[in-house]
Amino acid sequence: MGRLSRTAWLYIAAVIIAAVIVVTAGPFTAVNWSQIVALGLLLVACETSATLVSPRGLAWSANTMASLAAVVLCGPVGAALVSCFTLLSLRRGPSAAQRLFNTAMYTVSAYLAGRAYLAFGGHVGTPEPSSFPGLIGPFAVAAVVHVAVNFMLVHTVFWLTREESTASNRIGLDFKLWLTDLGYGAFGVLIAALWSVLGPFTPVLVLVPVFVARWAVAQFAAQQRAYEATVSALCQAVETKDFYTRGHSERVSRGSVMIATEIGMRPERVGAIRYAGMLHDVGKLGVPTSVLQKRTSLTDDEYAAIQLHPMRGLDIVREIGFLDEALAGIMHHHERIDGRGYPMGLAGDEIPEFARVLAVADAFDAMTSDRSYRGARPVPEAVAELRKWAGKQFDPAFVDAFVTAIERDGWTAPEAMSAEEPLRTIESL
Amino acid sequence: MASSRYELRGLSRHALDSGHWLLAAFAGLLLIWSVAQTAVSGVLDVHAALAFGALIAFGELLRLNLPGDREAAPIATAGAMAYALVLQIGATPMRLGAAQVIAVTALAMIVGALPHLAVGRPARITAMSARLLAVACVAATFRPLANAGLIGSRWWSQLPVMLALVVLAWLLESVVSALIRTDALRTRFGVALGDELRVQFPIAAATGASALLIAFAAEVMGLAAVAVFAAPLLVTQVALRRYAGIRATYLQTVRALARVTEIGGYVETGHSARVSSLAVAIGRELGMAEAALLELEYAALMHDIGQLSLRDPVPGGATVLVAREEQRRIAEYGAEVIQQAKVLDAVADIVRRQSDPCRPADRSQPPPLSSRIIRAANAYDDLVGCSADPYRAAEAVERLQLNTASEYDPRVVEALSRLVTPA
Repeated sequence: MGRLSRTAWLYIAAVIIAAVIVVTAGPFTAVNWSQIVALGLLLVACETSATLVSPRGLAWSANTMASLAAVVLCGPVGAALVSCFTLLSLRRGPSAAQRLFNTAMYTVSAYLAGRAYLAFGGHVGTPEPSSFPGLIGPFAVAAVVHVAVNFMLVHTVFWLTREESTASNRIGLDFKLWLTDLGYGAFGVLIAALWSVLGPFTPVLVLVPVFVARWAVAQFAAQQRAYEATVSALCQAVETKDFYTRGHSERVSRGSVMIATEIGMRPERVGAIRYAGMLHDVGKLGVPTSVLQKRTSLTDDEYAAIQLHPMRGLDIVREIGFLDEALAGIMHHHERIDGRGYPMGLAGDEIPEFARVLAVADAFDAMTSDRSYRGARPVPEAVAELRKWAGKQFDPAFVDAFVTAIERDGWTAPEAMSAEEPLRTIESL
Repeated sequence: MASSRYELRGLSRHALDSGHWLLAAFAGLLLIWSVAQTAVSGVLDVHAALAFGALIAFGELLRLNLPGDREAAPIATAGAMAYALVLQIGATPMRLGAAQVIAVTALAMIVGALPHLAVGRPARITAMSARLLAVACVAATFRPLANAGLIGSRWWSQLPVMLALVVLAWLLESVVSALIRTDALRTRFGVALGDELRVQFPIAAATGASALLIAFAAEVMGLAAVAVFAAPLLVTQVALRRYAGIRATYLQTVRALARVTEIGGYVETGHSARVSSLAVAIGRELGMAEAALLELEYAALMHDIGQLSLRDPVPGGATVLVAREEQRRIAEYGAEVIQQAKVLDAVADIVRRQSDPCRPADRSQPPPLSSRIIRAANAYDDLVGCSADPYRAAEAVERLQLNTASEYDPRVVEALSRLVTPA
């Protein structure tokens, strides 16, 4: 939030002033201070353990749980007071201005949620068993108001600072986030309900399963990252066989993902094609190094050895339990639309979709990087070449998608190799 | 299959071990006794029994496999534990007998396991028995106290007792699983118990807290509490399932990619798989904990990845026959590759030091135990390969034993010889 326009500053100041008014105006008649402190501490715990969901610092925490419990237990003013505890969160990262704005934002939304709860006939105070079915309706309204106000206040900032990114998956991500927020919000009513039997111990007990759930999600994410890093490291090891293809798998993977996203593939399939791109050439290991690095034209036998590499690749990765589609992609990435490719000579739609995507990215990277028998070509020339062979070697739809993506996002071709650079990994070891 | 022959030998010797039968028989008796007892005294509060039973059956249906071939059913356990601890549903006090709790739990578990059986997945009697046993313990301790009115009526007197019982259940289940694993995998009991307590802790915390929440909330919300407080467990369960899935894929991938050295003609077919299964068996024999064993397995699978840097493969892939300097370069390069992943630094270190003798001549730090294990397992496999000839195996062991003064760790070679030579 470093470089803000004047309008943005005015807006932020307005939100903060509104929060201050809400908190100071009272009335404090329904407020039970020990409850406020207990719920406030719950909120601090939630805020402190917030998870970052975007590199811009948009974090997501379970704090709706605490403020909505306060709506039921202590009313709108109490909920606003509890939300003020956001200021005390121990999370490092947000600047002072961000922290102040977040606090004000939560305070205002909690207050409005409280007013909504009252307006729809909700009763403030520790709920009794008899108040149960009747309490649900007003509480649901309060939860929706809380999440909606929050959403509006945050997005106005993004809009004013023009940080709204163009990526189309933003709305999807937001939707998921707000839905989870509502889910955590539902815990608010449970905390309120349990207060009569468990007193201030309620937040502690409620937090445990919620935190373990989040721990499990984090474990999964960490394992996923570790997995990706390991696969990519091992692929690089395979590439040392052929000095000229250093970084090739990584780039083919990136290119395939660009195409897949452009044509709107589902996220799981995009993930699978990323691995397929990384692993598409592992079969090259079965090809003698001398053939791979040969600077002159190949004999028939040598060519046959190269033609076998997609099958060998399949042999290696067959036992990995991920999408079959990725396997098909690896096996057929050298097929051509006109049926003159290898290893099977499939044509047109017979070729699996993944293989057609990989073929485009593979050929493009091969053209834009150095090879033992020629230098790298510039990107526009390679694009022209792709277009020229579309319909013969490549699927025209994927060529179009790739070209569109490159024109929008650009393409980083590998650096040119100097002739003197020794083949360290192969010769000197 | 060659890759798992060491584990298989361990398992087959103990598969029909008395421990499993004892546990299953005890659980069976418990079932019969509790059902008979409940039939005689009549079912108290049928609605509650059905609601909790449904949650337990649902949880059993959603049982999940955790890394290390462990089975857990967090939702079922939480439901059963809550049923054992519930004091009041709405305004009605619950004066349940322990027998009814056990009977409902056992029957619901069986109902939940039926769909698994129907689609041909085996029921894991031992794991189910261990879960039932933990619940039975809690019920048998808590119900008599509660029914005699000794627990008090406010949360500060009830909660400590309940917390203590939930912790007890966690300890009990860990001890039982550790005993079973000691049996099946030839691990040491202390090591297995440590692993078990560590793995079970987060799940036990979540199930225990959920059980308490359900038990207390039933007082205010009635039976709706049963469904509501199982929700976070559902999230945990989904995440853990995906976690276990990616862990399995990870291992499969490393196994598959370790084979690139075979396809490239650098090592004999099946070498990495054999070395890793032998190394893990030795590690277990020497009392290594599960996390260390996993690192050992990764390192053993990838120990030859450095050979990819060689222009021409070593004849037959037998690194034991190559000059020391060459071995060190291969190890160094392999470690470099693994280090690029940034998450496997410990594995990279194991691979780096695999070619160092166990007592370095320059009195520097000896290599880590895992490196010494891989060194011996690798040498053994280079000498024996996939041959099943006992004389060849004995000869290889003898050759390793001759070099225990400086090259190979005597403890490792001793464990190896116990594993490969039939008693």
